[in-house]
Amino acid sequence: MNNRIQAIIQRYQTDRTRLLDMLWELHHLYGYLPDEALSELADGLNMAVEDVRETSSFYHYFHHRSTGSYTLYLSNTVIARMQGYQEVLDALERETGATLGEMDPSGTFSLYDTPCIGLSDQEPAMLVDEVVFTRLTPEKVSSIISQLKCGRSPEEIANPRALPKTDIAYVDQLVETNICKAGPVFFHNGNDFPELLKNCLDAGPEAVIGAITQAQLRGHGGAGFATGLKWKLCREAPGATKYVICNADEGEPGTFKDRVLLTRSPQAVLMGMVLAASVIGAREGIIYLRQEYIYLKAYLEQQLQLFREQRLLGNNILGHADFNFDIRIQMGAGAYICGDESALIESCEGKRGTPRVKPPYPVEQGYLGMPTCVNNVETLVAVTRVMQEGAEWYQSLGTEDSRGCRLMSVSGDCQRPGVYEIEWGTTLNQLLTLVGAEDPWAVQISGPSGECVAVDKGGERRFGYGDLSCNGSVMIFNRSRDLLGIVKHFMQFFVDESCGICTPCRSGNVDLRNKMERIIAGRGCQQDLDEMVSWGQLVRSTSRCGLGGTSPNPILTTLQQFPELYQAKLTEQSGVLLPSFDLEAALQGNERARIELTHHDYIPRELIQDPETEK
Amino acid sequence: MSIQITIDGQPVVTEAGENLVDVAAQNSVYIPTLCYLKGKPCLGTCRVCSVRVNGHITAACSVPVTEGMQVEVDTTELADMRKALIESLFSEGNHNCPSCEKSGRCELQATGYEVEMVVSRFPYRFPLRPREVAADHIWLERDRCIFCQRCVEFIRDRQTDQKIFSIKGRGITAQIEVNTELANRMPPEQVREAADICPVGCIIEKGVGFNDPIGRRKFELQSVRERALGEEES
Amino acid sequence: MSKSGKNQTCSHDLPATQLNPALQAARDNKIKVAMIGLCGCWGCTLSMLDMDEALLGLLDKVTILRSSLTDIKRIRERCAIGFVEGGIANEENIETLKEFRENCDILISVGACAVWGGVPAMRNEVELSDCLREAYVDSVTAVPDAIPTIPYHEDIPRITTRVYPCHEVVKMDYFIPGCPPDGATILKVLDDLINGREFDLPASINRYD
Repeated sequence: MNNRIQAIIQRYQTDRTRLLDMLWELHHLYGYLPDEALSELADGLNMAVEDVRETSSFYHYFHHRSTGSYTLYLSNTVIARMQGYQEVLDALERETGATLGEMDPSGTFSLYDTPCIGLSDQEPAMLVDEVVFTRLTPEKVSSIISQLKCGRSPEEIANPRALPKTDIAYVDQLVETNICKAGPVFFHNGNDFPELLKNCLDAGPEAVIGAITQAQLRGHGGAGFATGLKWKLCREAPGATKYVICNADEGEPGTFKDRVLLTRSPQAVLMGMVLAASVIGAREGIIYLRQEYIYLKAYLEQQLQLFREQRLLGNNILGHADFNFDIRIQMGAGAYICGDESALIESCEGKRGTPRVKPPYPVEQGYLGMPTCVNNVETLVAVTRVMQEGAEWYQSLGTEDSRGCRLMSVSGDCQRPGVYEIEWGTTLNQLLTLVGAEDPWAVQISGPSGECVAVDKGGERRFGYGDLSCNGSVMIFNRSRDLLGIVKHFMQFFVDESCGICTPCRSGNVDLRNKMERIIAGRGCQQDLDEMVSWGQLVRSTSRCGLGGTSPNPILTTLQQFPELYQAKLTEQSGVLLPSFDLEAALQGNERARIELTHHDYIPRELIQDPETEK
Repeated sequence: MSIQITIDGQPVVTEAGENLVDVAAQNSVYIPTLCYLKGKPCLGTCRVCSVRVNGHITAACSVPVTEGMQVEVDTTELADMRKALIESLFSEGNHNCPSCEKSGRCELQATGYEVEMVVSRFPYRFPLRPREVAADHIWLERDRCIFCQRCVEFIRDRQTDQKIFSIKGRGITAQIEVNTELANRMPPEQVREAADICPVGCIIEKGVGFNDPIGRRKFELQSVRERALGEEES
Repeated sequence: MSKSGKNQTCSHDLPATQLNPALQAARDNKIKVAMIGLCGCWGCTLSMLDMDEALLGLLDKVTILRSSLTDIKRIRERCAIGFVEGGIANEENIETLKEFRENCDILISVGACAVWGGVPAMRNEVELSDCLREAYVDSVTAVPDAIPTIPYHEDIPRITTRVYPCHEVVKMDYFIPGCPPDGATILKVLDDLINGREFDLPASINRYD
């Protein structure tokens, strides 16, 4: 019996729905998840060890073999690749002695790459254990690694003044917030939250729902579901208890605005959650924070504490006897799919982040089977603002079908990457001018799952639910960029991040990626393009959740916006052999095998005796 | 509550909340399925039962019927999508029917016939997924697994209710696992249940296979379509 | 291999006896059909023969230019319909399939090997070098103490890196799965095609094993 493991199990009261937390504790204890530790944990939870591993193996920050003293995760995004990823990776491999995906021989460093860590405004960036380093250069890498080798901790290197982690100065020390343009809705931090909550409680839940509905606020996560309706449905759904969850699993490559909101307006986020709780009748809330933002955790815990001190959280909130609500932070462990609300709920329950079959919807049966309201970070801030300024004020912003403002995380080929608050209805060209885009050619709206827009064709399109419905990620590419290579990178991202529960997404994305590789290799023909469209439609329409529902978009939207790029890569079939058939590769294996298996000092007799060859 | 829906334009009277696959079958409309098991919770993993409901393509097994629902099953586009999904499963794993113990009893194979698949439109991948043979009475031919989750969800240890089968990894690196200790204490009828519940030849009962002569095998006696429709009549 | 040269003469280059002109003329008007075998076990070819006397009914419309009965390397004239058994496992298969495609209007993959690689494709799960090692180096039948040799000669077709279905190499028009398909299934397909009906394999006769 390992006392430490037993202590972990006891701390979580043998509650297997807290498996993710327990796995994290084990991971912190050993640096990875050893088989024996998992077995003991499984025994303690009355689970088969394979069942525990079913969860642990789903998340890419959990390791099942021993790792080095330091684990390095280099962010592998298309933006990073435009800004020196390769040089930084080379430097990391050189300085640590570890090759990508491996541990160095001395067991000091494990080096991995990882999808977007929410720092596209300051790439290349990496996580060293729980500390983040940004704007990396080969020189900076040399310095960091040599300090680590000298025994300084990542913490000491990044935070030489030893600022407390609970302090915003600590976060600022690690990352820049880069708010390039604030607007009417976000980043207005008052200290009048008790007053606001009191007013809302006095007005009653129906009035709050009414205001949000009147404001026509829609979810900022991407799907754009009406927030007022979601709250209303959740309020009306029968359930012994209810839950509020803040989706802070900002995983869409290129987006980082939730990171900035959590840094600069954490209390507005919390206020939104408290309001949701008061409306639907929740006693517990969860902030599902992606592991990539672990350096925000202590700071957010401190904000929660401040709320408790103001009696905005805890029992008898603001003296209301029947209003008890508190929030815990649930750390993710590396899975893009957990941005899907039902996958996120599964993850909160200690399971694989597999999107659920719907119906039932989370508002009816969510976390632990109870009605659950899941809102994005930005939505919660907007709720707070609506309640501060009123529905009519909010309604006056934006357009007919898209009220208010939204935050854009802008990165790529522009002078001022960062967060911009724009009113819905702003055109793409206006945004590009604002950010100082340099020779913009293509803009990836909403990340890989969104659409690629040719600036000369779509520059006058307007941001809004009716047209450019953007989840906040805006990546700008100039004419020097290899767009097809970017598309392939995006498809690889979806292959890596598909949970694998359903056939079209698990298998179809692999076929689409392979087709893309074929096109880029110059072995594709028109039929391949036609098949990409048809297979893309299949994945899009038959997949279980939004991941497969959008994963073919990189191909489908670039095919539509930049057909000439694909056409230029096509080859004509000459003769009857298909262009996709690689004759050379088909025969190479034999040659390789023969060399590998033949003694080098031995020449086959046939070659000696029969020098004459017939033609 | 009695409601009316339409399936391919035909009005159908049924009970609200019934599963669409069942409602269709009761009305002689066959919707191919692989992960769905009547009477069990919907798994919604294979997507082979994709149909159009009120204009949106969705897996029929995940749809409880509601008043006025308009369902399309038999259109060229939908039939081709269902066929493509079956083909995708064939190319994703190694489905070597000629050498498979499950041939003739395999739901994937039988459904392949129903959608008239002759070849996969997707490139065959020939994945290498090592088989798992450690348990006494059961082994896993992992390259045949289609990740339907039937065994994961519905086969549990009778003493502890623990999962006997589970999935490791995610996406294309996922693979099926079995807990040897729990598998070894499965009673014979549960071993058979596990092998039978597997819609392909992934979970195989040791010492059993090729028992029925060709021509007398399960789906040769009665096709998967006949079974799906016929079971409803009895 | 398929070309006659100094040291070899291919069967299709041997002098052939002239047919009776009337018979030749009757044949010229028929639909020409041929079948070749690549990497397979010839079971599908046997299934072709399993059409038995049913084939007789087609012979006023069809003439068979090449089959296992006339084991010529290459067809001498263009065919309307070509049946292919077996997948692609060596360079001779590629060459044969290529010439067949060039000389057939409609090409049909017959049987599991042609359709997806079949039993020979089980080697696709391992590296070719491991296959050859098992066969020639670590083989139980290797000659003791002899220097292991991987057969290599220009007359021996090089084995391909992996086994390919025919349609990954050239365009195939139709597919008849099965291991092997029944003679009756092949007959149905042939009968449909020569009578201008669409290719159709209903569930009742579709078989993968």
